[in-house]
Amino acid sequence: MATPLPAPRLLPSGDSAVTVEFSRNIDDTANQRVLALDRALAAASVAGVTEAVPTYRSLLVHYDPETIDFGTLGEKLLALAAAPAPPAAKARHWRVPVAYGGENGIDLEDVAKALNLTPGEVVARHTSGDYRVAMIGFTPGWSYLSGLDKSLHMSRRQNPRVFTPAGTVSIGGVQTGIQCLAAPSGWHLLGRTPVRTFHLHREPIFLTEPGDRITFYQIDAKTFAELDRAAEAGEIIAELVAA
Amino acid sequence: MSKLVVSSIGPASSVQDRGRHGVQRYGLVPSGAMDSLALAAANALVGNDPSAACIEVGPFMASFTARDGAVRVALTGSPRGADVAGRAIAMNTSMAIADGETLTLGLAKGGAFSYLAIDGGIDGGATFGSRSVNQRAGLGSPYPRPLQVSDEFPAKAASGATDRQIELPDLSGPIRVVLGPQDDEFSDEAKALFLDSEWKVSATSDRMGYRLEGPAIKHLHGHNIVSDGTVNGSIQVPGNGAPIVLMPDRGTTGGYPKIATVISADFGRFAQTPAGIAFRFKAVSMQEAQAEAKKFAALLRGLPERLRAIEGSELNIEALQDANVAGSAVSAIDARTWHAETPTENP
Repeated sequence: MATPLPAPRLLPSGDSAVTVEFSRNIDDTANQRVLALDRALAAASVAGVTEAVPTYRSLLVHYDPETIDFGTLGEKLLALAAAPAPPAAKARHWRVPVAYGGENGIDLEDVAKALNLTPGEVVARHTSGDYRVAMIGFTPGWSYLSGLDKSLHMSRRQNPRVFTPAGTVSIGGVQTGIQCLAAPSGWHLLGRTPVRTFHLHREPIFLTEPGDRITFYQIDAKTFAELDRAAEAGEIIAELVAA
Repeated sequence: MSKLVVSSIGPASSVQDRGRHGVQRYGLVPSGAMDSLALAAANALVGNDPSAACIEVGPFMASFTARDGAVRVALTGSPRGADVAGRAIAMNTSMAIADGETLTLGLAKGGAFSYLAIDGGIDGGATFGSRSVNQRAGLGSPYPRPLQVSDEFPAKAASGATDRQIELPDLSGPIRVVLGPQDDEFSDEAKALFLDSEWKVSATSDRMGYRLEGPAIKHLHGHNIVSDGTVNGSIQVPGNGAPIVLMPDRGTTGGYPKIATVISADFGRFAQTPAGIAFRFKAVSMQEAQAEAKKFAALLRGLPERLRAIEGSELNIEALQDANVAGSAVSAIDARTWHAETPTENP
C-alpha cells in the first residue's frame, strides 16, 4: 500500500469560499492533486458549492453558506482529497505558434543576455519544452504553464509593466504563460501568439483547460500578422495534436 | 418605445447586476454590483427581478433624460442630491420621469455608488448569465464599457404605478473580517496592528481594488506567494505593506499574502466607504460570519415587504435637504479619483 498523502490544509477565504491548499510552492504533484480534487468535487456535485478555481497548489471552492457551512464542507473536501479521484480525461495537446523577438517579444534580447545565451538558444529551449496548463487565472484565458526548462528560470522584472500586449508569451520565475488580453505584467516578454485562449464569438469561448499539454513552434512576424487576423475572425489556430 | 438617455456622466459608471459566476476557473471574474443590497433594493422598488441589471452610478454627477415617453426608475445606494426637473427626489424611492424631463444626480456624499433601476430592467444579451460590464474582457450589455453621454436604455412606458419608498436597516460599525487565508504569513503583532488601526480608503481605488492608507503591515516571509484564488473582500498585502481590498473586477488569482477577508454581509457597506474617511476592521469567527451571511440573504429576500407607497401629500424632509446640495460641490473626499490601472500585481 502506498503511504497516504498528507491531507491538504483548509484555509478560510471569507464566509463563502475555502482554499484547499496542497502546497505552498509550485509543485507538479500538488498541482495534480488540485486537479484531481477539482474533478472529484465536480463528480460529487456537493449541494451549495457554486464554483471551484484550481491553481498551482490549491483549489478555491466558492459556496453558499445558506446551504452548507464551513465545517461540513471542509469535512467533505478532506474526504474527497483522501479518496481516489476520478481518472483525468486524456490530456489534449495543443501546438501553439509564437512569433519570437522583435516588436512581438521585446525582452528576448535582454533575457538572452541575462541568461548567457543567444536569442536563438532561448527560442530553441522555449520551443523544445513540453508544458502543462497548471492553472488559468488573473485575466480571462491567461494560461500558466509548468515545465519551463531550468536554464530559462528568471525572476520577474523589478518594475512590472502596466501594459503588455494581447497574445504575449512570457516567462517569469519557473513559469511560462500565454496571456490572451492586454494586461499589466512583471514577466519577460519573449513573443506573441495569434491564438486566442479566450474569444467571446467563437466556440469554444475558452480554448485551454487546466491539465492540457502545450508545445510551441516558431513563426515569423508576417505569418503572425496573417494568423492574427484569422484568429480574430474566430479561427482556433492552435493545432490539436492527435494522441 | 420610451427610453432613458444618458445626458451627462462621470467615470466609474456602468451597468451591473449580480455578476457572471462559474467561469473564474478560466480567469473571468464575476464583476457585478459593488453594493448588492442597494442593487436589490432598486430592483424591488420598480418590481424588477432582484437580479436584474441596474445602472451603477459612480461618485460623480450624472443626469438621465426620458425620451419618447415617460420612464419609471428607482434610486438607491450612496446618498446624493437628486431632482427631476427641479423636484427634489429622496434616496430609496421610485419615481416617473416624464417625457423630456431630466433626473439630475449630485456628487455622492457619504458613499460612492448609487443604483438606478429602470422599470422592466435593462435590455441586451447576457454573457454567462450576466449583463455586468467587464471592460477588460469586453463584456457587458448593452455597452461593454463604462457609460458615455448619449447611451440609451429602452424602457417600458411608465406604467402609472405608485411611487414607492423602501426602508433599509441602518448598517454601521466596523467592517468585519474573517482572518485568512494567509494570516500565518503575518506575526501576531502585524495582525494586531491591522485590527487595531484606523484605515482610510485611498483616492487611487477602483472597481478592481481599494487601496488602504494606514500603518505598513509587515510580512513574516516576504510578500511573494504562489498565486491562488481570490474572492470579493480578499485583503492582500503587497510588498509596501499597504493592504489592498479586492473588489468585483479583481483578478481571479493573486500572488500576495491575504491577511483577512471582508465578510460578505459587510462587503457592500465597505464598497460604499468614501475615500479619506477613517474606519476600522474587526475580526469575527467563521460561525458569526456565516450567521451574518444568512441574515443578509434573508434581508435581500425580504426587501419587497419593506416597500411602502409614497402618499401624495407626504412632505419628505430628507429629500428637500438633499435637493439643497444637488448639483453643488461636495467636499473632495467623496470624489475619489478613478484609475484605470490595476492595483493588483499578478504575473
